[in-house]
Amino acid sequence: MIEAVDIFNAFQEHRGDAIVTATGRAGRHWKNISTNPNRDIVLGGAMGHTASAAFGLAVGLPDEKVVLFDAEGSLLMSLGVIATVAGKKPENFFHILLDNESYATTGGQPVPNAEQINYAEMARGAGYASTHEFTDLEDFVTNIGSILDETGPVFVSVKIFAEVENAPIAMRVREPARSRAETIRDLRAELGISD
Amino acid sequence: MAQQQAQILRPETLIEEFIKNGVTHIITIPDSETNYLYELMVNEPSLDIISVSREGEAMSTALGLNIAGKVPVCLIQNTGMLESGDSIRGMALDAGFPLVMVVGYRGWTRHGVTPDTAATYTEPFLHAFNINYYLVEEDRDGDRITAAFEETRRTKRPVVVLVGDEYHGFNR
Repeated sequence: MIEAVDIFNAFQEHRGDAIVTATGRAGRHWKNISTNPNRDIVLGGAMGHTASAAFGLAVGLPDEKVVLFDAEGSLLMSLGVIATVAGKKPENFFHILLDNESYATTGGQPVPNAEQINYAEMARGAGYASTHEFTDLEDFVTNIGSILDETGPVFVSVKIFAEVENAPIAMRVREPARSRAETIRDLRAELGISD
Repeated sequence: MAQQQAQILRPETLIEEFIKNGVTHIITIPDSETNYLYELMVNEPSLDIISVSREGEAMSTALGLNIAGKVPVCLIQNTGMLESGDSIRGMALDAGFPLVMVVGYRGWTRHGVTPDTAATYTEPFLHAFNINYYLVEEDRDGDRITAAFEETRRTKRPVVVLVGDEYHGFNR
């Protein structure tokens, strides 16, 4: 098991100009670590569909590297997306799954068959060009740079500690963050895309 | 015979409307009614076909493409639209981008008796989501597709084209 914040710090060293989106409880760390917020984008908004939105972005921007930090609870809600991605084969798509084996945002309840599922094996079977699994930070740090040079679609599964949030919704403190619409506006401006 | 031909919605008409409106990507799950259309789309070089695994993926994939400056269309059946409610809400209605969804109107009988509940709930579903729609049944209805594109570009809200031709032109 690895701390999510350590994963993001290690990734940041090799991020380059990649467009990055992060979902799930762990994904909230990214905005505090990223040094290129104009290339960060929020794609949440419907249960389990962040991966599809990131995939669509990668297909639409074939000259940009698109990195998705996904969560296993989200992926399980729309698991067919791994077949969709594998079928379309976007070479610029990097799908990094942060697997904390639970719904951390709702109190830490386990996802179905939490400890036994092998997501990298599923992605490999679906047809991703390359898949990797990590349970140790040192291995991740050693390999993430070369993984980001691979031809996609690439799937990386990482076991992380759950950061369970269990306070009632109304009592949770939210850090200020740009809205989805604001991140979309900023990314399109960065890339010179107009309506 | 000529009149009969005019009453058949030709898949070629949809392709022409897509090209006319600058469509770049078709996000779809093929169904039995649109098989010939699928074959035509695959052979049209200006259209990139994305086959998704479940209809709810279509709206979110479209959002990503829209952000990238592309012009996607979602081509699904009404049954899949019914399954996609949260994706339509969060990835289309709340997103503020144009999006035409071409929806096969399974069970549409034109005479008010709809034993297939897929048809029974199709229009009430669209009313509940406050999504405008255009019914296309015959080839001469083709310009309603461009009307849908014009509306979605103007409103930046999803607009549906209901294809009510289950029993005529889309199967060879």
